[in-house]
Amino acid sequence: MDISDFYDTFFEEAEELLADMERLLLELDVDDPDVEDLNAIFRAAHSIKGGAGTFGFTVLQETTHILENLLDYTRRGELTLRRDIVDTFLETKDMLHDQLDAYRNGSEPDAEAFERICRILQQIAQDELGLRNAVSAAAETPAAAPAAEPKPEPEPEVSSASEATVSGARQLTITLLGVSAKDRELLVDELKHFGEIGAQSGDETRYQVSLESSESQSDIEAVLCFIIEPEQLQIEASAAGGAPSVKASAPAASAPAASTAADEPDQVSAKPAAESAAAAPAAKPAAAGGAKAKAAAKAKAKGGESGTIRVPVDKVDQIINLVGELIITQSMLEQTASDMDIVSHGPLVNGMNLLQRNARDLQEAVMSVRMMPMDYVFSRFPRLVRDLADKLGKDVELVTEGKSTELDKSLIERIIDPLTHLVRNSLDHGLESPDKREAAGKSPTGRLTLSAQHQGGNILIEVIDDGAGLSRDRILAKARANGLTIPDNISDDDVWQMIFAPGFSTAEQVSDVSGRGVGMDVVKRNIQEMGGHVEIMSQPGKGTTTRIVLPLTLAILDGMSIRCGEETFLLPLNAVLESLQPLAEDIYSMAGDDQVLKVRDEYLPIITLHHALDIPGAKTKVTEAIAVIVQGEGRRYALLVDDLVGQQQVVVKNLETNYRRVPGISAATILGDGSVALILDIADLHRLDRRKSQQRHQAKHHHSVEVQPA
Amino acid sequence: MTAQASVEAIVSEAASNEYLVFSLGDEEYAVDILKVQEIRGYENVTRIANVPEFIKGVTNLRGVIVPIIDLRLKFHLENVEYGGQTVVIVVNVADRIVGIVVDGVSDVMSLTPDQIKPAPEFGVTLSSDYLNGIGSLDDRMLVLVDIEKLLTHEEMQLVDRTATQG
Repeated sequence: MDISDFYDTFFEEAEELLADMERLLLELDVDDPDVEDLNAIFRAAHSIKGGAGTFGFTVLQETTHILENLLDYTRRGELTLRRDIVDTFLETKDMLHDQLDAYRNGSEPDAEAFERICRILQQIAQDELGLRNAVSAAAETPAAAPAAEPKPEPEPEVSSASEATVSGARQLTITLLGVSAKDRELLVDELKHFGEIGAQSGDETRYQVSLESSESQSDIEAVLCFIIEPEQLQIEASAAGGAPSVKASAPAASAPAASTAADEPDQVSAKPAAESAAAAPAAKPAAAGGAKAKAAAKAKAKGGESGTIRVPVDKVDQIINLVGELIITQSMLEQTASDMDIVSHGPLVNGMNLLQRNARDLQEAVMSVRMMPMDYVFSRFPRLVRDLADKLGKDVELVTEGKSTELDKSLIERIIDPLTHLVRNSLDHGLESPDKREAAGKSPTGRLTLSAQHQGGNILIEVIDDGAGLSRDRILAKARANGLTIPDNISDDDVWQMIFAPGFSTAEQVSDVSGRGVGMDVVKRNIQEMGGHVEIMSQPGKGTTTRIVLPLTLAILDGMSIRCGEETFLLPLNAVLESLQPLAEDIYSMAGDDQVLKVRDEYLPIITLHHALDIPGAKTKVTEAIAVIVQGEGRRYALLVDDLVGQQQVVVKNLETNYRRVPGISAATILGDGSVALILDIADLHRLDRRKSQQRHQAKHHHSVEVQPA
Repeated sequence: MTAQASVEAIVSEAASNEYLVFSLGDEEYAVDILKVQEIRGYENVTRIANVPEFIKGVTNLRGVIVPIIDLRLKFHLENVEYGGQTVVIVVNVADRIVGIVVDGVSDVMSLTPDQIKPAPEFGVTLSSDYLNGIGSLDDRMLVLVDIEKLLTHEEMQLVDRTATQG
């Protein structure tokens, strides 16, 4: 077996560990650090080091090693934390991340940066501890378990202790519990890489291998744990020098969540959720009580550690598809069964009802698999806010609300960039500097709130600052300078929307934070692409709220089904404003071909669906049809269709997976009878109609009767 | 087509010499059986506007939206009818699933290399570029269609050009 097969697992887990480390560092109370948090940070570093060593990523290993030593002093209380030390740790974390990326891309990390960070870290060690050489000194320091350390976490100490006692090869007894013969062979092969294999004996439930090796136990464990669970493994050392045997067994209750990079991902990912819940700012009262609550939360997290599995997204999507198919089959059956006599077919009808309920529950459960909590997004902001606030010389408190609000995975990944931009904007332009705030009678500490909540079928994500608010005059002045014509009585809302225009920035000074005038238009476009929109509310002196409204999931669409000829189409419900039966006197012709419809003093262009999509057998008289007033990408028009069928939620299916983009159509869906219905793209339909009427016009011009489709 | 895909194509060609034989009118055609996913009836096809005539539309294949192409229309055959005998061969080409409408499926044939003759240089509708060759079997002539090349060709308008480059 090639060890490089495990690289990806290591990279992913190391990334999670780094994210954990950053989160913990940020939450750390510098004056009164929680020993549990320090331990957790230490363990994260230690795990990365172990993994990096196993895979031969030397630079990464050495960097983490130095960091780990410093962290070790910190958690034992020998090094007192200061904010600048935490900053350095954070910087080191970034560096580790870069190194990780470099290894992932198959290149060597930046050696200069590595040396620089090593120097800085050693400098800290020297200044704070008076050590000549932090690296070598720390390596020889036996890691005595601190008294405050709670029981269930002995792993890091064990492994460092065993490393400390190691000098040359020693005899290890490795016991495999409940390992199948096939896996055992693999494991023994793997062990051969570490040293000389001695006696082997036992059966499937308990198999002992003796190994003479100079590798540390944690390294061996890290490698073996790729194949088996930590619980199945016991390593006992009987060092030749008569050192006491160190037991590195890993009972299930205290599975070494952070002791090896090879651990199951669920253990790592299950932890932060519970920990962050316990470490939320509100839940940090008196030290003793807080610590207790934390310990409880951690114990709980441990119990639930086996609660998650990592599954590729396409597998989940496949399940979602199959369940969708099941629902359709079920509704087909139901249609058949509904014609049956309930008296003579009682059990069948009952069974159908049960099937319906179960199928719906199943669909709901499966759809929820794709949902991820907003915490995934919010958790990256504390660092950003902290760094930016420092850079801008502002005092900012970040508050997050609704971290557990769930959103579709594909959306959650795409919301990060726009949200980052909005937060930067708020920090740079929204919040004032401390003295300006005080002069305005506000607390010198600015408040930035990120919140997420569900509302109907949408999710609202808000970035709220209590800063100076948008300046109507400045925006208007800038708009005029950009050559826009502005009506005299323009409403505030319309003014705020102007900042989404390309090239618009009212910042007096371009900083490297924001103000180049690219951005807000990109934010708006990104969010529109996700099917959402942005609203701004602002009050001078009180602050600005930017609200992003997104559909809960891309996979489900609220649609209105319409009929035209024999065909059924769906309109996205959020594009539909109203529908009405046009009266003959409200229809006006323009330039011969084109028609407009007068709706409450507004003249809307008419697009006839059967013209645009060449539908045979549709109603041709305008007054017999139904006009649906739709709006898309800022265009509003009246779409003429034969009939409205009704509203329904549909599962959106991509047409491009097996086919290609179709003009005027955004996607497809499957109706209750198993047939495919196309979902209309309001904005593109307008463009399509334009093209076709041009062609018609040209055809007429050339006295030709035939109209060629686009 | 990516290098990877062409390597796979070569490998699968070498491994398979079995062909699914189908009829279009009176003519017999055959496709590499490994490209065929399934065979089903022609039903419930949703028309798509503003596309060439031979693209009949899309259908629902167990939750997947699949385009349906009528090869009879593409090859300009007369007497194109849809009935109980009309069959859709669902093929898997270039990571896509496509259904092709044919008049009927007759059997699966094993062809030895010497039974496959090079395709003659002719054809306006069906360029020899899209053929693997001609299968000669006693008095039968099978046109061996390279279904992947045929369906991914630009004039089929089945794939966006940008998508195939990516």
